[in-house]
Amino acid sequence: MTAARSETRSRSWSSRLSGWISGLVPKGQWLPDRQPAYVASWIYVFGVATLAGLVLVIASGLVLTIGGVTWWHTSSLGHFVNSLHLWSVELFFAAMVIHLWGKFVMAAWRGRRGLTWLTGAFSFFVSIGTAFTGYLIQTNFDSQWISTQAKDGLNSAGVGAAFNVMNFGQMVLYHVALLPLAVLLIVGWHIVLIRRHGGVPPIGADVPEPAAAGTADAAPATEREVR
Amino acid sequence: MARRAVTPDSHAFPTRGYDLVKEFVIALVVMALLVVVFAVAVGSPDEKAITMESWAANAPADVVATATSELAGTSTTAGYGPPYNTASDGQALGPITLAKWIGVTQPVDAANDLVIDPVSTLTDTATQQAVQQWKAASADQQGTWANNYADALGKAPDGDPAKVAQGDYGPVPAIAQGELTLAKSGALEGLLTTRTTFFGTNPTKALLLLADGSYMADRADSENLSGDQWGMMNETGHYPGQPWLWLYTFWYQVPPFATSDNADVQVWALMILLSLVFALVPWIPGLNRIPHGIKLYRLVWRSWYRKHPEAGPAAAQAPPRRG
Repeated sequence: MTAARSETRSRSWSSRLSGWISGLVPKGQWLPDRQPAYVASWIYVFGVATLAGLVLVIASGLVLTIGGVTWWHTSSLGHFVNSLHLWSVELFFAAMVIHLWGKFVMAAWRGRRGLTWLTGAFSFFVSIGTAFTGYLIQTNFDSQWISTQAKDGLNSAGVGAAFNVMNFGQMVLYHVALLPLAVLLIVGWHIVLIRRHGGVPPIGADVPEPAAAGTADAAPATEREVR
Repeated sequence: MARRAVTPDSHAFPTRGYDLVKEFVIALVVMALLVVVFAVAVGSPDEKAITMESWAANAPADVVATATSELAGTSTTAGYGPPYNTASDGQALGPITLAKWIGVTQPVDAANDLVIDPVSTLTDTATQQAVQQWKAASADQQGTWANNYADALGKAPDGDPAKVAQGDYGPVPAIAQGELTLAKSGALEGLLTTRTTFFGTNPTKALLLLADGSYMADRADSENLSGDQWGMMNETGHYPGQPWLWLYTFWYQVPPFATSDNADVQVWALMILLSLVFALVPWIPGLNRIPHGIKLYRLVWRSWYRKHPEAGPAAAQAPPRRG
């Protein structure tokens, strides 16, 4: 391969995209089989439990989409799947809230992790919106009541047309397409940032000297950051 | 210049075996089992939607009173303002009137859209004549008739239209009765939702009419779903609703929001502000040091601090290095 051809390849969009993707996370940190020694607490479980909850929410929701929005009113199987969906959501939020407060008490934004916290917070906010639209499209009394009450807040904020909670068709699409996509994108970004920076070290901790010198796969010190 | 502690690179710490994929699979299995257990043991609520037919059957006087209030311009929808009409400015946050600035984006003429247009589809002579008489009258005359009839309904025992005293009501009783007839027949939803389109996916007008009556609100109240009952986070029956909305719901229970005419926009503004503060905690001096003060992190990393007593609060509070 000539040097010119190699140069062309390195400047191609594909090459640049590939380089950008591979540079998102330090080498070996996408799915490492080792973690810093301080990652040893039950609180870490709730992050992955949140992710598991999200998978269950989406899976049960996809089954509901096959039957259609009113299927669960007329089918015992549909009602059971709806129950799975409801409890997936409840447990997803329970895990997420514990994860969130766990990260707060850990001051997990330290060391260049502010954006990780920010994306986590927005994951929470968008998840609330997504769950809310789910309540609006139940096609039962609850959705009638919630939609007619919620309209006032949204109208007062001037967003009642773009987000008309009484427009069933609009809310269905928000719930099954737009908002889940937003959740997945933000959660994906959040996970990339976690893998990029690793779990935040304990407050006041410093790298033990022998380990600092002997860790073969340690990332460059450019990760160090003041917070 | 203040000196701040450096947070070391996590990748430089000694490591231990940790199988992320295995952890995720176990979490998925445990969460799935919990979901199935709750789904089987508790299930999910499903209270049937109110139909116009059930409304008419259970509270016919409310249907008549609601239709009359739409004609009189005294219903919630008729006086709502943006985005439905210009009857008012909508809610305001001090000098900020977002709803008014955005304007009427979903036009709803309460009298015509919710009552006259549907009732016009009835073909009996009496109703047709009543509609024609209504349309031919001036706005003042219409208002006089409708308000007279609304007052009379309010004075009648149980609001029963059959017990209303004689008065100058024009065609209003016949039109309101027409609305009740349509509701009883089960045709009213369709006339409000799909009269101008085959695919009825937007029941906004039907919901506005239903919400203007008291039947739905009474039922919600009996199930602790009203705003002053923490209703936003409650669910029908004894099921969990949206507990994550507790803070949003909380503000509606306390002054000044509980009694404010602009509570919705005020609570929205407050929640947006609090949400921004929450999201920006890492960059807000003082707030970003709360974890250092409450020291709960020592529970999270207790094994690390046990092995590294030089770290922890003492180190965290010690004169930090310049970063």
